[in-house]
Amino acid sequence: MKFLDEYRDYKAVQQMAQAIRRSTTRPWTLMEVCGGQTYTIVKTGLQDLLPEGITLVHGPGCPVCVTPLDMIDRAVAIAQRSEVILCSFGDMLRVPGSTQSLFDAKASGADVRIVYSPLDALHLARSHPKREVVFFAVGFETTAPANAMAVWEAERENIPNFSMLVSHVLVPPAMEAILSSPDCRVQAFLAAGHVCMVMGFEEYVPISQKYRVPIVVTGFEPLDLLEGIQMAVAQLESGRAEVENQYARAVRRSGNHPAQERIAEVFEVTRRAWRGIGEIPSSGLRLREAYRHFDAESRFAVEFVHAEESSECIAGLVLQGLRKPYECPAFGTRCTPDTPLGAPMVSSEGACAAYFHFGRRKEDGNSILSTATAGH
Amino acid sequence: MCLAVPGKIVTILEEENLGLRRGKVDFGGIRKEVCLDYTPEARVGDYVLVHVGFALTVVDEHEAQRVFEALRELDQLEELKESAP
Repeated sequence: MKFLDEYRDYKAVQQMAQAIRRSTTRPWTLMEVCGGQTYTIVKTGLQDLLPEGITLVHGPGCPVCVTPLDMIDRAVAIAQRSEVILCSFGDMLRVPGSTQSLFDAKASGADVRIVYSPLDALHLARSHPKREVVFFAVGFETTAPANAMAVWEAERENIPNFSMLVSHVLVPPAMEAILSSPDCRVQAFLAAGHVCMVMGFEEYVPISQKYRVPIVVTGFEPLDLLEGIQMAVAQLESGRAEVENQYARAVRRSGNHPAQERIAEVFEVTRRAWRGIGEIPSSGLRLREAYRHFDAESRFAVEFVHAEESSECIAGLVLQGLRKPYECPAFGTRCTPDTPLGAPMVSSEGACAAYFHFGRRKEDGNSILSTATAGH
Repeated sequence: MCLAVPGKIVTILEEENLGLRRGKVDFGGIRKEVCLDYTPEARVGDYVLVHVGFALTVVDEHEAQRVFEALRELDQLEELKESAP
């Protein structure tokens, strides 16, 4: 496919990797923020093309992974009501709650459905006027325009049996939380390209300046990632700390204005708890007062459902780039994609699942780049 | 989850009954209806990046070529170095 295949070209990838090897003189630790980037890196073995000293740590950019346990319990509690059709993106269904996942709830009779778009959930609400259709709105800034549009349309068309369980999170506050941790080892960021496609990248300038950290807006294909790494390393080697845009074919400096306007009309910034990391101020979105009647949490009175995390899972450390998945004692034994202890083992974009599926251990040195398709 | 797939706009449906601007987008042979409200500048023949049924940006074809030009320059630079005495 155009705009995908050429960025997976073996020769171009090798050439870019060579450019990185030539310009690297010291060890550096970089974090890719987005789970989609982690998936490509682990699947294609990009790490093995890099010089010894360059370490990639994987960031918190997997919405499924950071959705708090109590949100999943709330979704399960709502799904168990007989009048409800609960709709969600597929990945969310297998994430374990404290007693059940949404799949377990479905197996015991709840009407849980996988949709491709929030507009599909809205369509279900139109065609099932006697049922309550709830969309579990999980995601980062990339997904917020779609969810905002679904709520805006529901209001415009007056669809009273539609509502949304909102668990939206924002990337820049999480990057700041990582940078301000005393254990932080991240020296440069590859920012999430599709988040920036919506929001632009001006909000990263103060972060880059305050923490003296290069931030390179980066795409998702192997060549994109290597070019992002090359740009970040060039900054580190020359002592610069700026915001640069590798992914200019998709990302404009100030982002997508119509999308930002619709998000701002429907949602407002709020504090959110991140699974494994904890609460981060101003790190999420909730429905504005004018659209609060579409809020499933209050419609079904589940705001008071709370839950405690499993103590064995080190997902929080993995999501902050402090541990690699294989450093967890449960990795691949007590915790697998079939019996996950934590969300990063569930989502295909979770670092633990990616390491598990592509057999990445510390001692592995074989690149599988030649078979790369990065299709996901 | 923030996956966005490039596809080419084949038709734009101007019917206003749904309220949303929609178009048919071709993803390497598979065609899907996509909401174009967030890309008012998009025209038939443009490539858009689509996330959960919404086009979120028009791909800049000129920028898309930039990395390959940079790689060609690197190549030529290497050849120059190799041919230098």
